[in-house]
Amino acid sequence: MSKKFSLAGMITKDGNSLDLKTGDWRIRYPVHLKEKCKHCMLCVVYCPEDCIRHTEDAKLLGMDLQYCKGCGVCAKVCPFDAIEMKSDV
Amino acid sequence: MAIRERLSGNEAVATAMKQINPDVVAAYPITPSTEIPQYFSNFVANGTVSTEFIPVESEHSAMSACIGASAAGGRVMTATSSQGLAYMWEMLNIAAGMRLPIILIDANRAISAPINIHNDHSDSMGARDTGFIQLYCENNQEAYDNTIMAVKIAERAKLPVMVCYDGFITSHSVENILLMEDEEVKNFIGEYTPEEYLLNPDRNISMGPLALQDSFFEFRKQLADAMVESKEIIKEVSSEFAKVTGRNYGLYEKYMLDDAEVGIVILNSSAGTAKDTVDELRAKGVKAGLLKPRAFRPLPYVEITNELKNLKALAIMDKADSINAYSGPLFSEITSAMYTAKLDIPTINYVYGLGGRDVKTDDILTVYEKLLQIASSGKIDQVKHYLNVEE
Repeated sequence: MSKKFSLAGMITKDGNSLDLKTGDWRIRYPVHLKEKCKHCMLCVVYCPEDCIRHTEDAKLLGMDLQYCKGCGVCAKVCPFDAIEMKSDV
Repeated sequence: MAIRERLSGNEAVATAMKQINPDVVAAYPITPSTEIPQYFSNFVANGTVSTEFIPVESEHSAMSACIGASAAGGRVMTATSSQGLAYMWEMLNIAAGMRLPIILIDANRAISAPINIHNDHSDSMGARDTGFIQLYCENNQEAYDNTIMAVKIAERAKLPVMVCYDGFITSHSVENILLMEDEEVKNFIGEYTPEEYLLNPDRNISMGPLALQDSFFEFRKQLADAMVESKEIIKEVSSEFAKVTGRNYGLYEKYMLDDAEVGIVILNSSAGTAKDTVDELRAKGVKAGLLKPRAFRPLPYVEITNELKNLKALAIMDKADSINAYSGPLFSEITSAMYTAKLDIPTINYVYGLGGRDVKTDDILTVYEKLLQIASSGKIDQVKHYLNVEE
C-alpha cells in the first residue's frame, strides 16, 4: 500500500481542516472595495469558511482565496456594498 | 480434544459465535437465519458470552451498528438471509470500503418476488461485488469451521467475510459434527488488536471520510488489491486451522476430478448430493467428478481453470439466476476465466433449485447424462438449461 494513501482514506492527523483547500470549488470570487469598507466586521462573522482576514484591531485585510468557496454571503450582508462578487469563468 | 455433537447448521454457527465471544453482535431476525440471534441472545442473557447484543430494528441498522462497532475497535458479527441481506446492501459496501473485518453469516434464501423462504443463492450472489469475502459451506461442519476461520481471515485481510450456507437444508438439518474446545477456538482466533480504532484515547482519527476525484479511485484499487491478497490469507488461515483440527480446507474442493471426463462446478449443500451421484456413476465406470468452490470471493479463477482443463464436458451449476438473457453468475465468471486461460472445453450452464426446489441425485444424474452426450458428440444444443422446471 502506498504511503500517500492511508487504509480506506483513514485520517490519522487531527486539526487538518487547513489542508482542505476549498478555494477550488469557487466559480465566483469576492472583491474587497477598500474605499467603501467601514471595517464593521459583519462579513467576518458571516463567512462560513472563516477566510476573511483582518488585523487584531479589526482592520479588514481581504479574502483568503485558497479557502473562499465563492458563496457570496459576505457581499450580501455588507451594509456598505463594499464587497463585490466577480466571476472566475 | 474435539467434542462430538449433533447440531443443526444454525446451532453449529451459534456455537462457533459463542466460542468466538465477539465484542458486539447486532442482528435482526429473518428466516432461515433467525435461530442465530435467538440462540445467541440466550448466551448473552445467560452470561455465557460477554458480547454486547444490539437488537436493531432492521438489517440496514444491523450492518450500520456493526460498522460503528468495528470501527470503534470491536470484533463484530451479524447474521441474516435473503431480504435482510438485500436491505443491508448499501452498508455492505461501506463495511468493505472502510476495510472493517465484520463477519456476516448468511443462511442462503431466495429473494422475492414471489415471496419464498427457502434456499437458493440469489441473496449472496446479489452481494457478490460488495467487497465481502464469500465462503460457501456444504454442511454443518463446514459452516462451523468457516465461521471460526472467517474471524482470522477477516482480521488479517482487513475485509469483511460472508459465510454462506443453505437455508433450511443446512441451517435446520441436524448432523453429526466435531466441535473445537472453547480454549482451542480462543487460542486459534487470538485477541483482536486493530492498528487504528476510534475508541483509542491516544489517537484522534477519522474513518470513512470524503474522497473525491484525486483519491477515491486509489482507495477502490486498494480494496480490489486486498481481495486479491486475501486468497493467500485464506490458504494460510486454513492451514493453521488444519494443524489444530486436522480438517483441511482449500480455496475449493475437488471430488474425483483428477481423471474425470465429465465434471460439474457446484456450490454448497448440492455438492454433497452431487458427490453421491458421482459415486453412483463411478461404480458404473463413468469418469465423473466435481469441483466445489469454497471461496467465490476471492474467485480462484486460475486455480479452478487449471483443475478443469482435462474435462471433455463441463456443467456449471447456478442456484441463482442472473436475469441477463445469458447465464447464471458462476457460469459467467468461470467461463470468462476459462476464456482468458484459453481453455476451450464444451461448457453448459444449469440453473437449479430456485426457491428451494428439491435437487436429488437423480436430477444431478440428468446433468451428467447430458454431459456424456456432449462429451461423445462434442456438440452443445443450448448453453443454458433449467434443471427440473415445468415449462
